[in-house]
Amino acid sequence: MMQQHLAYVLRLADNALILGQRNSEWCGHGPVLEEDIALTNLSLDLIGQARLLYTRAAALENALTGLNLSENDYAYWRSERQFTNYTLTELPHYGPLAGTAHADKDYAVTIVRNFLYAALMALVWSRLEQSSDAELAAIAAKSIKENSYHLHHAQEWLVRLGDGTELSHRRAQAALDYLLPYTNEFFSPDALEDGIALQGLGPRGADLKQDWLDLVTPTIDEATLALPQTGIYTTTGKLGIHSEHMGYLLAELQSVARQHPGASW
Amino acid sequence: MPKPIVSPFAWPASSPEVSLKAPPAVVTADASEPNSNATRLARAWEVLEAVPDPEIPVVSIRELGILREVRLAAPRSADESVNAADPVALEVVITPTYSGCPAMSQIAEDVERALSAAGLGPARIVTTLTPAWTTDWITPEARAKLRRYGIAPPGARAADTQPVQFIRARPALTPPNCPHCGSADTERLAQFGSTACKALYRCRACREPFDYFKPY
Repeated sequence: MMQQHLAYVLRLADNALILGQRNSEWCGHGPVLEEDIALTNLSLDLIGQARLLYTRAAALENALTGLNLSENDYAYWRSERQFTNYTLTELPHYGPLAGTAHADKDYAVTIVRNFLYAALMALVWSRLEQSSDAELAAIAAKSIKENSYHLHHAQEWLVRLGDGTELSHRRAQAALDYLLPYTNEFFSPDALEDGIALQGLGPRGADLKQDWLDLVTPTIDEATLALPQTGIYTTTGKLGIHSEHMGYLLAELQSVARQHPGASW
Repeated sequence: MPKPIVSPFAWPASSPEVSLKAPPAVVTADASEPNSNATRLARAWEVLEAVPDPEIPVVSIRELGILREVRLAAPRSADESVNAADPVALEVVITPTYSGCPAMSQIAEDVERALSAAGLGPARIVTTLTPAWTTDWITPEARAKLRRYGIAPPGARAADTQPVQFIRARPALTPPNCPHCGSADTERLAQFGSTACKALYRCRACREPFDYFKPY
């Protein structure tokens, strides 16, 4: 029971940290100054949420094990397989490429991902406000407000790109075609989510799918984009099995802490 | 001096539905009993009234609703009490604005330093997350100060902080009045501004850009 509770809080935290880290790559590199600041603020919110969630996880794990863990132990000292974020959150800011090839960051990918994720979290945080874990409910009550600004931001840009020029429309549609199949993972049933739902801790992703479609479809219509088929393949990031991009992201995130263990500043 | 115990998950002992606490008006420092705990509490409120927000220094942390409560609590060690006859610890409850607000540790340090400088320390600083901070707690005086400082104070929280309830239409945000010339003819330049809690606007009448404290 407690193990499931801990694992669930870590899933929430890992999503926030990894997407916050990914989006922070735009800091100093935004397409325009306002967007540079927006993405940096958004990352700050996500990393702030991750800190609160990791601190909650540490309290749960310390109670189970008698250890004295802190938020930093989760962020800096776990390996790839121990992170349970959705694969969607770790993808680079460009479309599919072969192997480890790189491309310039594509703002359409950034916006579509933030849109799909913020729409999900609007529903998740809303359910978590009623969590049987009062501390998780408190984190949800803050995060839902921040998330609504993230969702607005992504919605506005999605409409601007999709209903913009021929080029921006094509790139927004390509980003949606590329990313939407990764959302299968939001809704794939698994034992952990069944368990936390039974305990009244949080929602099962599978139960949110219709609400999520109702939330994203009007904006996609307004953006004159088409909702593609997602197919049946389901990514497995939330089970700890990640894409080839995750290791590089973690290397950047963790290298300083691992080169200078115990450093403080 | 022992480090303050900062726990994000300590709950207020009273009901979580506490509204904005104001300094108790009737309890004032009693010069005849400079070392009493009641005096210490009243003095602490006075001292903390002068602790500014690190990012918007024209308003205090109480006026912004960050300082939730100052209270007396059972000491966890003898160090926490200054009165051997009636040992209590001073406990200061603060709450973060945004989850990632980088000013929180600075605020905790500022509180500790202000109390120590006034001879009231050491204090135990407790961070609480519930009830979640809202811009509705910003006092009317602070709103006037923000305006004079060039920041448009937050409007009422609209449906835009309840994302599940709007589906198709994003809410029409009521633009704030320009803090410089008072004109209502303003436009949003960016939803995210110089700090997590602000958006960037421009006045179409006087052409000045300004920060808007976002409803939260």
